[in-house]
Amino acid sequence: MSELILARIQMASFFAFHILFAVAGMGMPVLMVLAEGAFLRTGKAVYADLARRWARGTAVLFAVGAVSGTVLSFELGLLWPRFMEFSGGVIGLPFALEGFAFFTEAIFLGIYLYGWEKVSPRLHLSAGVMVALGGVLSGVFVVSANGWMNSPAGFVLEGGRPVGISPLSAMANPAWKSEAIHMTLAAFAATGFAVAGIHAFRLRRETGNRFHRAALVIALSVGGAAAVLQPLSGDMSARFVARSQPVKLAAMEGQFRTERGAPLRIGGLPDPERETTPHAIEIPRGLSLLAFHDPDAEVLGLSAVPRDERPDPRPVHAAFQVMVACGMCMAAVAFAGALLGWRRREAFFGRPFLLAVSLCGPLGLLAVEAGWVVTEMGRQPWIIHKVMRTSEAVTPVGGLALPFVFFSLIYLALGIFAVRMLRRELAESPSFPGEEG
Amino acid sequence: MTSLPDLAAGSILASLVLYALTGGADFGGGVWALFNRGPRAEERERLIVQAIGPVWETNHIWVIVAVVVLFTGFPGAYALLSTALFLPVTLVLAGIVLRGSAFAFHSYHLHRERRAAGWGTLFAAASLLTPFLLGAVLGAVSAGMIRGTGLDNLASGTRSWLAAFPLSVGMLTLSSFSYLAAVYLILETDVPELREDFRLRAQASLAVVVLLSAAIPLFSGRGAPDFHRALTGSPWSLPLLGMNALAAIGAGIFLHRRAYRLARVCAAAQVTLLLAGWGLAQYPFLIRPDLTIRAAAASPEMLRLLLAALGAGALLLFPAIFLLLRVFKKDALFGR
Repeated sequence: MSELILARIQMASFFAFHILFAVAGMGMPVLMVLAEGAFLRTGKAVYADLARRWARGTAVLFAVGAVSGTVLSFELGLLWPRFMEFSGGVIGLPFALEGFAFFTEAIFLGIYLYGWEKVSPRLHLSAGVMVALGGVLSGVFVVSANGWMNSPAGFVLEGGRPVGISPLSAMANPAWKSEAIHMTLAAFAATGFAVAGIHAFRLRRETGNRFHRAALVIALSVGGAAAVLQPLSGDMSARFVARSQPVKLAAMEGQFRTERGAPLRIGGLPDPERETTPHAIEIPRGLSLLAFHDPDAEVLGLSAVPRDERPDPRPVHAAFQVMVACGMCMAAVAFAGALLGWRRREAFFGRPFLLAVSLCGPLGLLAVEAGWVVTEMGRQPWIIHKVMRTSEAVTPVGGLALPFVFFSLIYLALGIFAVRMLRRELAESPSFPGEEG
Repeated sequence: MTSLPDLAAGSILASLVLYALTGGADFGGGVWALFNRGPRAEERERLIVQAIGPVWETNHIWVIVAVVVLFTGFPGAYALLSTALFLPVTLVLAGIVLRGSAFAFHSYHLHRERRAAGWGTLFAAASLLTPFLLGAVLGAVSAGMIRGTGLDNLASGTRSWLAAFPLSVGMLTLSSFSYLAAVYLILETDVPELREDFRLRAQASLAVVVLLSAAIPLFSGRGAPDFHRALTGSPWSLPLLGMNALAAIGAGIFLHRRAYRLARVCAAAQVTLLLAGWGLAQYPFLIRPDLTIRAAAASPEMLRLLLAALGAGALLLFPAIFLLLRVFKKDALFGR
């Protein structure tokens, strides 16, 4: 395996690992604050217990997210020194701001976790709100850097170096808005559904358990609201990509030919050699309609660019399909949940709906991973869109196999233990017999 | 010393000082947990975990600030260091991940009243490795072995850190962090026996720190010649070394007389002066001997915004950190 491939796999696994914890760091604080808010409003002990358990889960996830995020900030330089040499002075600012958002999250999480008996209820709840705010802001800032890689801005290229640098324009790059909204909603949907899935699973055995019922309602409200909004943000993102990164869109859709009235492909296996995507269900003019809101719009195909400037459409198309499918399922379940909760309360806690929620539990996290495959592999061969190739950015240091194996083992172990701890925390079924819900 | 690049480099140094004084002590706590034998071992470990628990994540972020300012303000230097010091930095990362996660898992188990010796040991072992390597990285930056001004003309082996000077800086870092932790931990408890335990550890580690911080300037002539000349032959050399000696003597006296609050101040001053000395002797270089702060700096526009962000962030941050310490370190920091 070449060093470039090793570096890419290593970076990809760092991100794949970190993003699960980062997403939880954005979503979990919102859940725990809502539970504590419900406790302060109703005085029911079940909500206090829920807030404490969610907070402990947040603590473990946040700790692993914090250290794996630190690893990433260093690995950017260790694996991609040319990239950092070029871009540090252009897009470093959001990282600095993210540092402060992250500080906010850590400080107030410390107060929240260890301060139940030490600060007033109001300060405690506000600390939780600050944790949630810090979590969302750090995500939003970090995504700005990724947006810049997709739509570089704020500099002029001169002799291979960036000059005339405007850090604010770089930070406010065109892709930032749609990516930040998409990622934030994804974090809420993924966390909400993952947590709701766990409690729905338990409720199928212990139908009346108030703890799991309370947890399910809060988690599904957050996850469901985000899942229903996500298609709107997805539409915004797709239309942006269609204009600014048409090659990525072509890879996402398995579109090889440049044509007007391009079809939307569901499924299918892109064949880069023959430049076709067989076995797909094609909806005529669907892609042109979705990407440009015009059924006759021209969609660029992969064939329009030289082979060495094309991403591999196979993983990108597949990951895109997975992401959209997961999102659709979650949005559908969220709609059903809202209807049931509104019209037929008992059916909400009935077995069919609980089964649907449990099955949707992992889909949000799966969609997040798939979405990152789309945006990262879809940008290849560029590390900075049309500015720097990934192969130009990689470190000259050899022997990357060793750290890769080393970190993979560490992360594997950490992942397993973190999951085991969360299972213990979330899967217990404390009972609150005295309270009527 | 007020140009933008100097201010940016200064803020890296300031972050490192804050990291050493806060996060460094958390690592030191882990070191004491590793060498935890004899009576009251369990109480000591519990004390260490309780003292670190609410604050370590906040403390840890200072190193992220330092790295972010380095790669934003001096992107070329960051690329250079990441390449020349690939191995120790990778090992530092492994240490950071293992220490942090193991601590979270360990304290989680303690919270649930279950023993989990494995996580405790891992947390402690990673606390030993990480500061040592961090120090070695700082030492390598000063030793004059990393040649070149950019990735294109980088001409150093990847083993510049495996020399007597960087490794002794690693030892000094490790012992300073342990020393800080011992001095801090005295005030984290009311139990007289535990206080005496950590007082003893503070005194022993103070002796090691004094020995190393005296030996390194004396013997750095061969391992880091330029750095040595700057450290010992500048106008500020004598006052700085004198102040450092005073702080060390003060710490010794206050520890002896059990004036723990003053001992804390002296210990913190010692570590601050050590890092300040490193920074001054390093000036005007970012990486000795080829890359100066000025030559490595990003555009003035970026530096201005970066410094503005740091200033604004600090305005928001320090009240919040004050609140955190006020809640959890009330007795130890603010008196009763």
